[in-house]
Amino acid sequence: MDVWACYERMVVIRCFEEAVERLFSEGRIMGTAHVCIGQEAVAVGIASALQPGDALTSTHRGHGHFLAVGADPGRMMAEMFGKATGYSRGRGGSQMMIDTTLGFYGANGITAGSMAFACGLALEAQQRRTGRVVVCIIGDGAANEGLFHEALNLAALWRLPLVVVCENNRYAMSTPVAAGLANTRVADRGAAYGIPGYAVDGNTVADVRLAVETALSRARAGSGPSLVECETYRLSGHSKGDPREYRTQTEEADAWRREPISRLETLLQNAHGPAPARIAACRARAEQTIADAIRFAETSPDPDPATVADGVFAPD
Amino acid sequence: MKTFTVTLRDTLAAEMRRDPAVFLMGEDIGAYGGAFGVTKGLLATFGPDRVRDTPISEQALVGTAIGAAAAGLRPVIEIMFMDFITLAVDQLANLAAKLHYIYQIPCPLVVRAPTGGGRGYGATHSQTLERLFTGIPGIRIAAPSDAADASGLLQTAIRGSNPVLMLEHKLLYPLRWPIGETLPPPTPFGKARITHSGDRVTLIAWSYMAHLCLAAARQLAADGITAEVVDLRTLAPLDTETIIAAARKTGRVLIVEEGPVTGGFGAEVATRIFEAAYDSLDAPIRRLAGPDCPIPASKVLEAACIPDVAAIVAAARELAG
Repeated sequence: MDVWACYERMVVIRCFEEAVERLFSEGRIMGTAHVCIGQEAVAVGIASALQPGDALTSTHRGHGHFLAVGADPGRMMAEMFGKATGYSRGRGGSQMMIDTTLGFYGANGITAGSMAFACGLALEAQQRRTGRVVVCIIGDGAANEGLFHEALNLAALWRLPLVVVCENNRYAMSTPVAAGLANTRVADRGAAYGIPGYAVDGNTVADVRLAVETALSRARAGSGPSLVECETYRLSGHSKGDPREYRTQTEEADAWRREPISRLETLLQNAHGPAPARIAACRARAEQTIADAIRFAETSPDPDPATVADGVFAPD
Repeated sequence: MKTFTVTLRDTLAAEMRRDPAVFLMGEDIGAYGGAFGVTKGLLATFGPDRVRDTPISEQALVGTAIGAAAAGLRPVIEIMFMDFITLAVDQLANLAAKLHYIYQIPCPLVVRAPTGGGRGYGATHSQTLERLFTGIPGIRIAAPSDAADASGLLQTAIRGSNPVLMLEHKLLYPLRWPIGETLPPPTPFGKARITHSGDRVTLIAWSYMAHLCLAAARQLAADGITAEVVDLRTLAPLDTETIIAAARKTGRVLIVEEGPVTGGFGAEVATRIFEAAYDSLDAPIRRLAGPDCPIPASKVLEAACIPDVAAIVAAARELAG
């Protein structure tokens, strides 16, 4: 993915997430969603570092991760609309989408819930010598779950081909990191397990990409896992209907000034000269893509309620 | 003759030879051979890649196995005492059980767990916790009461494509059955077995209690009370058809289970009989189970928590009228 492609993908993510917020406020989709506005550079930085065959596991806030590896916005929207054409046939909703053909082994609604699952995928890669590395994305909140520690320890012990990327957006729902983590530098936790811990600016795509590439190379060489902490900011609330009373408007305004898309625009234009038309065209294409995705979702069929209990078990 | 333990071990070895994707994980299963000796010798035969000791991390153990299964391996893991499975319930309930339904990925995972009381191990080393899983769609539960089913059910579990919780009752481990060099064939899931035929009273049980019910039936037969004994073999899937037929046959049903009576799986079995065969019942369905208390360590107190043959015989006699 070259830099403009990264930019374009980030814009698609932003448009998608803005649309999701809008659709909820209009009552056109049910349930809940956790959007990643402000965190697009982490998703795209990771995706741009992955090699074909690598695997990714994601969180409850996974739309950006999924779009970054090439998911079809239409099928994602269809999933949010609960339609049969969705990635999980309407059964998973926002938090449980999957497409293993893209190497995306699932968004997961349990905080830290996929960390050992990622170890298992990595174990298979190690045992069968496939050369795959597994990237497990978590948030700052997950760093306090017991499974975080169990999984890192096991992965380090067995030198699993795993990279844990902690998307530190400074809030675990309403709890700011200073009130949740005794040591707010998540990267430090790598040292507890004898693995490298990198802390990078999660709002700069190139920084995320470089750190993840470094960690992937280390894993692919058989040297084991790494912990990459990407410092970012969750510009949106935790989920729909979060009035964000736990933080100040000043803090948010300050964070908006450091948000990743306008930062990349600045970087691109510093490097290549002003490009307002190209930027506007990107945005227009993204909006069109999302509009098409919503139309696809709205015109897709509902799943048949008679099938609700089908598929609990795989055929033996 | 082989013990339950050796039969399980031989079955694991046979499955590992048959399919290179099968591998074991657990605490102290390698050089130590497992807390109950089931995996003894397997490390030497198959090596450390296929017989993996893990740190004491039940959540990571189960979760890693789920991921490995999702990627196409066939993990068979051991939770040292079923009591410890509580540490991994999230991974089983929220991931393994949902993997196919939501994500369309088969999860060929086998979780073996030594269960049950009777050795004075105390409240957190004596439980049989199938009740935590019987209501969670997506998990199969196998509960052999003898060595042949231990092997047969384990084979079916390993060769299947879904998460299976395999209950191995500790008191069954040292007992012997006629198992030869050739192992029994796979036991189908969802097929209960009538282990004793009779027409005065129906005994329904699983795991160690099914073993005791058989002994109780033999005692009762000597007194002219013939009991139809149903060994469920799997709780999920459940062979409701056999249960109903056995209930109708005698009209008098005694469900025997280990564990506190409230909320045990016996309540589910009883309700299914009530729903489908109410008209055939000559007496209310009875459950013989433990009191609603944790299992104490003292021998006499523990014995008061777990039905024995004498208690089963007495309850059956009373029910038979």
